[in-house]
Amino acid sequence: MGKTYMLSGRIGESEIDQLQVGDALYITGEIFTMRDQAHLKALAILRSGGDLPFDLRGGIIYHCGPLVQGTKVISAGPTTSMRMEKVEGEIIAGTGAKCIIGKGGMGAGTLGALSKYHAVYTEYPGGAGALAAKAVVGIRAVYWKELGDPEAVWALEVKNLGPCFVTMDSHGRTLRDELKSSIHGSQA
Amino acid sequence: MKPENIADLIRIIECQIPRDVESALERCREEEEEGSISRQVLEAILENIRYARENGIPMCQDTGSLVFFVSANGMCSKIRNTIMEGIAMATERVPLRANIVDPFSRRNTGNNLGRGNPIIHFEPSPDGAVRAGILAKGAGSENVSAVTMLDPDRPVEGVKEFVVQTVRKAGAKPCPPIVVGIGVGGSLDEAAILSKKALMRRLDKPSEDVFTGLLEAELLREINALGIGPMGFGGKNTALGVRMEVADCHTASLPVAVSIQCWALRRISFEVMKDGAILRGD
Repeated sequence: MGKTYMLSGRIGESEIDQLQVGDALYITGEIFTMRDQAHLKALAILRSGGDLPFDLRGGIIYHCGPLVQGTKVISAGPTTSMRMEKVEGEIIAGTGAKCIIGKGGMGAGTLGALSKYHAVYTEYPGGAGALAAKAVVGIRAVYWKELGDPEAVWALEVKNLGPCFVTMDSHGRTLRDELKSSIHGSQA
Repeated sequence: MKPENIADLIRIIECQIPRDVESALERCREEEEEGSISRQVLEAILENIRYARENGIPMCQDTGSLVFFVSANGMCSKIRNTIMEGIAMATERVPLRANIVDPFSRRNTGNNLGRGNPIIHFEPSPDGAVRAGILAKGAGSENVSAVTMLDPDRPVEGVKEFVVQTVRKAGAKPCPPIVVGIGVGGSLDEAAILSKKALMRRLDKPSEDVFTGLLEAELLREINALGIGPMGFGGKNTALGVRMEVADCHTASLPVAVSIQCWALRRISFEVMKDGAILRGD
């Protein structure tokens, strides 16, 4: 069994490098929801040399489209990360984000970027949206609301959001590769 | 039947998982190795189910696209309007996440309605009673669903191979343990509808057709032998169940559809009584 760590919303490289696949994280602080459309919009801005309206340096990206009512987050589990695979490496490089929370695993492009830029990919139990929302203390800000509520970037204040299992670490390891003897040929 | 009834039924499916699904998940947890990530994930899922039910909170933030199966004679327009009003009401009150967008511009309609939405499958009622089912289908599992037209030379093996291959390819993406809905026969479109309809049958209720029931059981064994496990972390439980619906088809064809359903199988069946009251079914 892996170790358990409590992390704050801004993380340094040395903190990241001590994490290994199988570890469980409980996160307190600020996290930013970003899914399909927000990834594309952020990428367009970064490629044109612009600045994002929010600071992701040392920060945490959550693959999530929360269910929000007024100022309250009702349900906020992870979405399937693999849809972001094509652009995640460039997002990590361009934003300085250190941790990603999602579900279902990611691919070689992301794994390479995690090693190069000292970051980790973690997974929160998929579908456990009500439980995840319980860990959300409040909404600090919302960006790009014109993308629609699920696709907007929500800066969420969370307390002990977890377990987020490290499934890809900054040392080039992925948990599912190591479980492969029991997962016959899954393309997860 | 009033829009309020539809909104109430949607609230029930979003917040209260059917008992048969929760029982199946509890059995899975017991079967996974103590201390494994797979077991921890199932524990979180079961805690989430209880927390959502006790607090009236949608269990998953992806409240899905709503699919309706309606059996009635006439009144289709009226029923459709009631369902639409009910969805708009549920979006505000439950609440539901606004999930429906234009496929090209990706602009969100804001109320879970839109061109061609909600999806309602009407069929004539054999005895005149109005019966209906609602399925709230999340996209993570819908995205790995598949339909194909097989050569009819080896029907049983062909169907089994396509189903197992679809589940293997889906891997961890659809939030396993999944339920696999299969539609065989009919036509391209009919097979797909049948594969969704199959998800409406309870997990503890075997098929009335013996051959279908045997095939479901065989497929469940083969799927669980893949070892994908809860959330793809390995283990004995990749699927909670396999449900298949069959229709006859053209002699040259063998249409097969596989609707992959995440663990959060949100469904309800009901009958509308003569006085408009709602009688809950499975």
